[in-house]
Amino acid sequence: MVTTAERVAPLRVKDLKSGIKPIWCPGCGDYGILSSFFQAIINLKLDPAKVAVVSGIGCSGRFPAFARVYGFHGVHGRALPTATGLKVARPDLTVFAMSGDGDAFSIGGGHIAHAARRNVDITYIVMDNEIYGLTKGQPSATSPPDILELSLSGKTKGSRKGMVGLLDIHKVEEALNPILMALAYNASFVARAFSGRPKELTAIIEEGVRHKGFSFIQVMSPCVTFFNTYNHFRETVVPLPEDHDPSDRMRAMALAMEPNKTYVGIFYRDETRPSLEERLEEYRQQLSPTSMEELLARFTR
Amino acid sequence: MSNESLVIRIGGEAGEGIVTIGETLVRIAAFSGLEVFTFRTYPAEIIGGQVMYQARIGREQVLSMGDDVDILVAANQLGHDEHIGELRSGGLLVYDSDAVTPAEGGDHLSYAVPFTQLAREINFLRGRNLIVVGFLTSLMGLPLDRAEQMVRRRLGKYKELLPSNLEALHKGYTHHQEHFAERPEFQIRPPEDGGEERLVMTGAQAIALGALAAGCRFYAGYPITPATDIMEFLSKELPRMGGTIIQAEDEIAAVTMAIGASFGGVKAMTATSGPGLALMIEALGLASMTEVPLVIVDAQRAGPSTGMPTKTSQGDLFLALYAGADEAPRFVLAPDSVEDSFYQMINAFNLAERFQMPVILLSDQAMATRVETIRPIDLSQIHQEKRRIPSLDRPEGNGYLRYALTEDGISPMAIPGMPGMTYTAEGLEHDESGAPSYVPEVHRAMTEKRFRKVETARKELHRWGLVNRWGDPQAEIAILSWGSTQSAVREAMERAAKEGILVEALFTKILLPMPDYEIRPFLEGKRAIIVPELNYQGMFAKVIEHRYSEQIIRNNIQVYRLNKYEGLPFKPGEIYAKIVEVAQRLTAGVLADRFLDEKLASV
Repeated sequence: MVTTAERVAPLRVKDLKSGIKPIWCPGCGDYGILSSFFQAIINLKLDPAKVAVVSGIGCSGRFPAFARVYGFHGVHGRALPTATGLKVARPDLTVFAMSGDGDAFSIGGGHIAHAARRNVDITYIVMDNEIYGLTKGQPSATSPPDILELSLSGKTKGSRKGMVGLLDIHKVEEALNPILMALAYNASFVARAFSGRPKELTAIIEEGVRHKGFSFIQVMSPCVTFFNTYNHFRETVVPLPEDHDPSDRMRAMALAMEPNKTYVGIFYRDETRPSLEERLEEYRQQLSPTSMEELLARFTR
Repeated sequence: MSNESLVIRIGGEAGEGIVTIGETLVRIAAFSGLEVFTFRTYPAEIIGGQVMYQARIGREQVLSMGDDVDILVAANQLGHDEHIGELRSGGLLVYDSDAVTPAEGGDHLSYAVPFTQLAREINFLRGRNLIVVGFLTSLMGLPLDRAEQMVRRRLGKYKELLPSNLEALHKGYTHHQEHFAERPEFQIRPPEDGGEERLVMTGAQAIALGALAAGCRFYAGYPITPATDIMEFLSKELPRMGGTIIQAEDEIAAVTMAIGASFGGVKAMTATSGPGLALMIEALGLASMTEVPLVIVDAQRAGPSTGMPTKTSQGDLFLALYAGADEAPRFVLAPDSVEDSFYQMINAFNLAERFQMPVILLSDQAMATRVETIRPIDLSQIHQEKRRIPSLDRPEGNGYLRYALTEDGISPMAIPGMPGMTYTAEGLEHDESGAPSYVPEVHRAMTEKRFRKVETARKELHRWGLVNRWGDPQAEIAILSWGSTQSAVREAMERAAKEGILVEALFTKILLPMPDYEIRPFLEGKRAIIVPELNYQGMFAKVIEHRYSEQIIRNNIQVYRLNKYEGLPFKPGEIYAKIVEVAQRLTAGVLADRFLDEKLASV
């Protein structure tokens, strides 16, 4: 639910900065996400006191502390259920969940299906750098199998002696396709953005918030220290075909499966589904209210 | 002449309505003005296996399930074979003559009743169970009109079947009236005045009702035996009270949803058993570190690992007290009866909200599933604690300190939506503003702050009524325990008192922080402490030995562990036997070496 700020003057980005200096490396894609996040709040005229950001663990986990909104820095992989509990208890808040690719697709992978099933009205931003940055360079579920070759070839920066073994053995695993997965889970809003295309990223975040239901947004957000894919994405990132109809789920899946293309934009959206909060409220309305006195009376002999 | 109490056990195949027979009979008794206390087992699988339902029915408050079975009802052969050894001499075996061939001999009475045949006679095979209920109603001298009332109440929604159900009930009742003589030793007459005002409920229901009365308005849970009943009850009633319930995809999702809801300002809880609590430990630490109120109910069952899902245990004590990465303070409560489960849930929420901490409430399989008659609840006496929140009168930008270092350790907690108070609840170590910080002085100060809340609580404990102490203050023998062992202990002490053995007992309903202010005076003058608990390692005994070691050594107090770890509750006789043994040692002047492990001898 989008709320309107009652402010005398419009919000500025510096009003939304918490004053805590981000710990990310200079050039990190996450800075772009933070900026777009601020800009989206401003454009949507949200009241920061009614915005909540829930994160897990990783470089991504540090996100809430940098914003002057209500934040929750939780444990690894549980941003989605924490955000779900918050949104259901407080449907008046605009709730974001933030994860990295480790938080979202490894330890947290089990929760995505259920957020999609519930269609809980939160915006889930996955800051995907295809590596584990905070723990210094292990592969993630979205790392390409040939990540070691890429690192050693100099095409991307980042091959640490300590992690070479892990990057080497990683070639026995395929990379996950998060967009395809989110579509398969029938999430009602599935999009991808790139931190190197800030205007588009801001617009997609705004649409995610506007969407009444679970919004899944994968943001390619390169890690300059361990797996610098900026050049790679500058070559492969391309907007979704203009004629793509975002209500066409099958086509969205086909586009998600196209090799060597990193499509950005809104793959799929369905505005017709009620959100979890709406359904819960509707269900509550159908019931007859009760009281403690009435409940206890049922057990009295 | 009427008995003071009778123990009836019904054994048969799972899925055949054994529990229905028991639950209906128990409610007939309870609603006639009698007191009840039940115990049941169930198979862990859905189809097949045996099930047993035991009820103690009495004219006065019934404290435990008793030692001996007075009446055994065997619905199938295994129901006879498995339980006949527990029938007391002079007891009564009632068996379905169509399904059971009883053993020869034995010093008990036997009634062969063709229950299945009787059901065929009224063309209602499914009515066999109500025929049994009717038979037992007559046998035990319970009022037929109450029995009819219960059938209407419990089965009335199956309108088309009601006439058949009532017919079955009468069939059984009449069969007993016509074929068997009255036997007063198997009768229990309700008090003429209909008995005192009572509520009839299970431990799970008491927990759920307590949560609602405490103001809980968010529940997330994952099904697990034996806690599922709590979620089932709340799934129907919590939304009707304006709250929300979600069945989560797993226990970790359940507890983190509750934390999210609580962060949002709503009183939240989850309920589980040992394996679920083990999964939730990381989140327990998170709630402790971020200082978010949270209530977790653990209905303990026998383990370890998957263990015995439908059997009882008190083996999660160490898990509840100590588990977690590094040091995450929490509170642990342990109700000692179905009635107490209601009130301790209120305390759980009040402690969680006041101290912004996670609270674990330990119940167990036996207490969660048993039916008890409890005293009426006066809702006007219930007080709901509110979180300390910051005043809104602060100039904008005047940095709100979520984790302000205060004297009592409790910092005002802003609720999302409050303007000018934005903060991030931090799982990382943090300074007063909530900003992540690894500075040594900060970690020291914050660790002390979090633990200071426990000390503040300890100082206030006397206001919360968290200790139960009874018996003879002159006694040199003490019983110190927690949770559901209370009922068997009470009865054992009554028996001991009749023999002139003085015992004093103390049950603490709070295990962290421990109520030292009550226990230390209690231990003065004692020479022996018996610690009965349903676990192998003697967890509570170890806590006592450690915490009160100075006093125990100084006063030369002997600690006797009484550990039972069979998945079953204590029988009063087992505890009584220990009391007698300790009393004899005391008289003979031979208290054994300190900290000697005592194993339960078979009785």
